Amino acid sequence: MKIIVCIKQVPDTTEIKIDPETNTLIREGVESIVNPFDLHAVEEALKIKENSGDGQVIAISMGPPQTKDALKEVIAMGVDKAYLLSAKEFAGADTLATSYTLSMAIKNLGSYDLIICGKQAIDGDTAQVGPGLAGQLNIPQITYVKKIEKIDVTSVRVQRMTEEGYEIIETPLPALLTVIKDINIPRLPTLRGKLIAKKIEIPVLSSQDIGADLEKIGLSGSPTQVIKVFSPEIKKESKIFSEDVENGVDKVAQALKEIVEKIQ
Amino acid sequence: MNQEPKSNSLPISIIEEYCTICGICIDSCPVGAIKEENEKILIDETLCTLCGVCVSICEEGAIVIEKEERVAFKLEDYKGVWVFSEQRRGKVEPVAYELLGKGRELADKLDCNLTAALLGHNIAEEAEKLIQKGADNVILADEPELANYRPEPYANVLKELVLECKPEIILAGSTTIGRSLFGRLAVGLSTGLTADCTGLDIDKEDKKLIQTRPAFGGNIMATIITPNTRPQMATVRHKVMKELPFDKSRRGEIIRKNFSKEILNTKSKFIEFVEDLSQRVKLTDADIIVSGGRGLGSPENFKIIQSLADVLHGAVGASRPVVDEGWIPFSHQVGQTGKTVSPQLYIAIGISGSVQHLAGMQSSEVIVAINKDSNAPVFNVCDYGIVGDLFEVVPLLTKKLKAVIK
Repeated sequence: MKIIVCIKQVPDTTEIKIDPETNTLIREGVESIVNPFDLHAVEEALKIKENSGDGQVIAISMGPPQTKDALKEVIAMGVDKAYLLSAKEFAGADTLATSYTLSMAIKNLGSYDLIICGKQAIDGDTAQVGPGLAGQLNIPQITYVKKIEKIDVTSVRVQRMTEEGYEIIETPLPALLTVIKDINIPRLPTLRGKLIAKKIEIPVLSSQDIGADLEKIGLSGSPTQVIKVFSPEIKKESKIFSEDVENGVDKVAQALKEIVEKIQ
Repeated sequence: MNQEPKSNSLPISIIEEYCTICGICIDSCPVGAIKEENEKILIDETLCTLCGVCVSICEEGAIVIEKEERVAFKLEDYKGVWVFSEQRRGKVEPVAYELLGKGRELADKLDCNLTAALLGHNIAEEAEKLIQKGADNVILADEPELANYRPEPYANVLKELVLECKPEIILAGSTTIGRSLFGRLAVGLSTGLTADCTGLDIDKEDKKLIQTRPAFGGNIMATIITPNTRPQMATVRHKVMKELPFDKSRRGEIIRKNFSKEILNTKSKFIEFVEDLSQRVKLTDADIIVSGGRGLGSPENFKIIQSLADVLHGAVGASRPVVDEGWIPFSHQVGQTGKTVSPQLYIAIGISGSVQHLAGMQSSEVIVAINKDSNAPVFNVCDYGIVGDLFEVVPLLTKKLKAVIK
């Protein structure tokens, strides 16, 4: 079974803090990491490979040259091969251009059985590239997968998380899954894995290598445009009770009562 | 269009006459690609992703990204606002009514019709409700294959309808259905899609949809447009938009559409739905959420949270650490990795307020924080805060509320 995992290198938003004085981001010391949901995708792919006894797990990523570090990290976890899509013309891609670019790269890798992505990346939080990629490749998609119940070379049966429980869905392969963190606990890189990662050559592919249409990639292939960014409003009029707790509870209870009455 | 990459450099540049080297762009860059060297601002092109944050933050207009405009869509051909009216097990979801409330406002500003697109099976009764909630008409796709959400036939049906009717805006709830469906549909239509919006408006001058959403874990807000392709697509966070009251006097046409077997065909099969019984009230639909965090000390103490939630008829939420500890199922988790909620009232108990947790609840109408650490970040975003021992404060609050709430 050939499994492709799409990963993204992201700034570690858990390390980003807001400076309460200036209301700006403190990015000092923020590292680049593999998007945490993608590690669950890698783990699931490795598990499937191990359980089936043979197969291959390939990781692909699009990003600037240092994205190689992210790919080396998943190689160290046990991924067999990795490809980096990196070229100036890819920069500025929104989710449409990204899903197109990934689809062209995947088409160039030949046949495959399964594609696994994390449910979303923690920097953009769009959750759009997975479904978009399935659409580009015209294959079935199952998003928010919390468990793979059964998988063989022809089909997969999964539990898909929804707001009020989960659905059981079955689909023939090839298909694309996006996974949530409930699905597994990602393994740590092994020492042997790290040695392999150190030596491995990660091929860097450009738009020409994957036969991508220049109008559909990067900035020119991206229909959305960011026109403004600003800091979220910080509520200024908080009423904080710290000395007289009993009085605080009284005041808060009164406020809550009014809110509840308004809702009802 | 030029088929060769223009040059080896990215299409971003600094206009030195305008630049005052104030450094705000350096602080704003999410990937750390900007630095100052010899009294000049430099952009490291190996790091830059052309995200555009610096361009919009620079007060001098000194940073520009050149983009070749493509005009493949005849924008004037597209008219009307559509709401994808998500249904589950034959009932329209509340988020669809919220979107009709917002959609009505947008359609009035654009002087066009508001259409609800309803896909399902044996759901004609629900179509009437959509009219009463603000739609001018309903496009109804009533087919057995559409009874439960399946990405392929849902995306195929909507694609065919959009190509035929050419709406200029189409909205869906930012739910497990809306996000999955619109991600696929936007690709089919080759148009732009903005995820999980918390604000939507129409530009007074050029009539384009202005979409606002949080990014980088809620650390910054971004305003996004889809200038040259149509429809302009967005998914919208639950509970942020206000629904209109039912107006039984409203009348509108229900337009039934039929589809070929080919369009309705799906490879993936829906087997069954299993309800999560640990959650009495659906988190994302709840008007009131009471959440517990590590301050509770042990899983048994969640009963303190549950008692308060019961009195308020609210749902129970949780922060990531306690879900990771296994104190409560993942379905209760609020935050970036769990669910994004915006209830009327959010009460955070024993939760310090990591950036990730705040990202998942910051758009709540009223936030109450109870924590013994007065420096907890959650106090920066709350409307009411009590600094104190939760084991003392919460039972007291519950008791007082029990006396005054039916």
